[in-house]
Amino acid sequence: MNETIAIQDPFGKATTGKLAMWLFIIMDGLSFGGLLIGGAALRIAAPSWPNPGEILNIPLTGFNTFLLICTSFTMVMALNSIEKGNQDGLKKFLMLTMVGGIIFLGIQIYEYSHFIMGSPELTHNLAGAGFAGATNFIPSTGTYAAVFFATTCFHGLHVLSGVIYIGCILYAANLGRYTAKNTDRVEILGLYWHFVDLIWIFVFTVIYLI
Amino acid sequence: MSENHEQTFWTKYIFSTDHKVIAKQFLWLGFFFLAFGGFQALLIRWQLAYPEQPIPWWLLGSLFYEGGFMSPDNYNALFTMHGTIMIFWAITPMIIGAFGNFLIPLQIGAPDMAFPKLNMISFWTMFLASVVLLASYFIPDGPASGGWTSYPPLSTPVGGISGEGQTLWALALTLGGVSTLMGAINYIITVVRMRAPGMTYFKMPLSVWGLWLTSILNAIFVPIIAAGLILLLLDRTIGTQFFVAGGLATVEGGDPLLFQHVFWIFGHPEVYILILPSWGIVSELLAVFSRKPAFGAKVTAICMCTIVVLSSIVWGHHMYTTGMSPLLGKTFMFLTLLISIPSAIFFLNWLGTMWRGNLHFDTPMLFAMSVLWVFGLGGLTGLYNATVTADIYFHSTMFVVGHFHYTMAASVLFGGMAAIYFWFPKMFGKKMNPLLGKIHFWVSFISLNYVFFNMMVQGYAGQHRRLFNPSEYEFLAPINDLNISITTFAMILGFSQLIFLFNFINSMINGKKAEANPWKANTLEWTIETPIPHGNFATTPTVYNGPHEYSNPAVKDRDWISQSEPMPNS
Repeated sequence: MNETIAIQDPFGKATTGKLAMWLFIIMDGLSFGGLLIGGAALRIAAPSWPNPGEILNIPLTGFNTFLLICTSFTMVMALNSIEKGNQDGLKKFLMLTMVGGIIFLGIQIYEYSHFIMGSPELTHNLAGAGFAGATNFIPSTGTYAAVFFATTCFHGLHVLSGVIYIGCILYAANLGRYTAKNTDRVEILGLYWHFVDLIWIFVFTVIYLI
Repeated sequence: MSENHEQTFWTKYIFSTDHKVIAKQFLWLGFFFLAFGGFQALLIRWQLAYPEQPIPWWLLGSLFYEGGFMSPDNYNALFTMHGTIMIFWAITPMIIGAFGNFLIPLQIGAPDMAFPKLNMISFWTMFLASVVLLASYFIPDGPASGGWTSYPPLSTPVGGISGEGQTLWALALTLGGVSTLMGAINYIITVVRMRAPGMTYFKMPLSVWGLWLTSILNAIFVPIIAAGLILLLLDRTIGTQFFVAGGLATVEGGDPLLFQHVFWIFGHPEVYILILPSWGIVSELLAVFSRKPAFGAKVTAICMCTIVVLSSIVWGHHMYTTGMSPLLGKTFMFLTLLISIPSAIFFLNWLGTMWRGNLHFDTPMLFAMSVLWVFGLGGLTGLYNATVTADIYFHSTMFVVGHFHYTMAASVLFGGMAAIYFWFPKMFGKKMNPLLGKIHFWVSFISLNYVFFNMMVQGYAGQHRRLFNPSEYEFLAPINDLNISITTFAMILGFSQLIFLFNFINSMINGKKAEANPWKANTLEWTIETPIPHGNFATTPTVYNGPHEYSNPAVKDRDWISQSEPMPNS
């Protein structure tokens, strides 16, 4: 019974909120894992699988990917600013991150609407990819389309949540809630946003590239 | 404490962030659905025993079915919703929701959960999920009826059962999963960060160990079933065909087996999610009522951890008959049988705890000891199901039904009953009537064993589960009388729960006031006066002793010492 009484603080100086966000990220990652691995399982068993490049606009989404990575950078800059006590920098970079997220969503909506409305070019592309007779690319077009929409839409909802989340933190930043010593919530937001970016790299690779 | 501000009725009882109030909310939700699911079980039993007779008035037959006769579709909906409700809406809220919330902060010496608001949202999300589930009774074609596992193609719109009940089922389950995940984050972080000084992991009571490991399993596997349910919802709503294959499919590439895999990757851990808290509670109660330290408590905790790991890689044993390759089948069989080793170790630890103990046969102890019996039987019959050769015969028979009711229903529910009888004085500040408790125990125990043991006998004789009318089959004629006697005992089991309900409510209102530590137990929650104030501990306790140190020779005048009491120098 001579053990020291105080508990060694596990996980260093991480706050409870940060631990919870890490835990959430693990769980959310498993959800994405379920979708991506489920899609992969269907792909392995499928008799044929289209070449994504024949249907999807890879350069456009490539730009979107680049944009999302840039917002990760601005998010880091936001945290960096407030750690130095620079509230204006925090607001500026949070705003930039939010705008980046909104543009990402806008391009995704443009991409979706292009697929759903259909065009002669899309019909031609679809025929080339093995969907002869299909005039538009919607979830019921085929299993590849279903996997595409389920996964990218699930990710898009995460970006949307992230944009709203940034909006909430930006609101609090405008009220001057964050100081050099009180950066925890900005850091937790950053964790979430970086996770959403990171998972997009996986989604982009699995759905668009291979 | 800052929490002691003025509270209105709404913030105190409805939208409370106090973990003890949320625990009671979950308990009542669980009771409601336990009664509902139990009532459905009685209707199922009536149909199996007396398929040609109308359901009598005392089972409200003509209220639900025209003339008291249920159709095969009604019957499908009954067993589907019975399974779904009992697993996700009755024992999950009762064991994990109620006792997870109540015990974790109290037993580790914390003022509340790490995220009290998240805790409140978790309950109300569960409530919303319940509303969605119950709403499916009021739509055309009624609730889901593809079995609680909802295998495609039964659950998909292409070739599946008509009606939108299945959609609401998937939606309700997704919402329930979200609620569970919020709870899991809360429980895990609370245990990691909010333990009182001195409360090392191995000084945590085994109940907390069980609830914590359950939350970890929840955190890992509920997101996966959520992904699967989202795909099922998409299949049902926007015309994707993830789980549709064969002649009914309009596009190629869907796979119904994918759903089975996703379902059981979650579904097998789910049985451990449900039973781990029960194991922890039983380990703890056996020590309290044997007045002995829990034998090998550390080993019990480590065995539970081992089972957590193993449980995640054995899902294939639910799918031996799906055309799985024999090599894969044998692998899953080996891994599944491996679970019997840690299970056997902590089972022996339970016996070791009781061995030469000073046994007190109070109601919680009776229920805790009965878990040894029902879990022992359930576990041993699990070996038959885990073995490929035997399972191909037993698959989808009443043997499986008997087996999982012994493990999931009986073990979990009796563990939960033990917990309710044990912690009632701390939850409500009153004592429960011990005589009624014992009557409730013996009637439940005997009738439950009669019901589920004979289901296994029926399965051994070849009766399939989910039959609408077993008397139609010639080869089942020799065991048809068994259906009638099982139903009789099931009615006794069902209606004997009214004794419990009466005892519970009556004790809450008229019971004798309980002292702070009626069972002379060591753990921290018994050091607080009852009713427990908001914020729990007046001063944060410091923990010196293990949770189960009963009859320590260093303590002279009594056989217990609170965890927060320094051990006298010997």
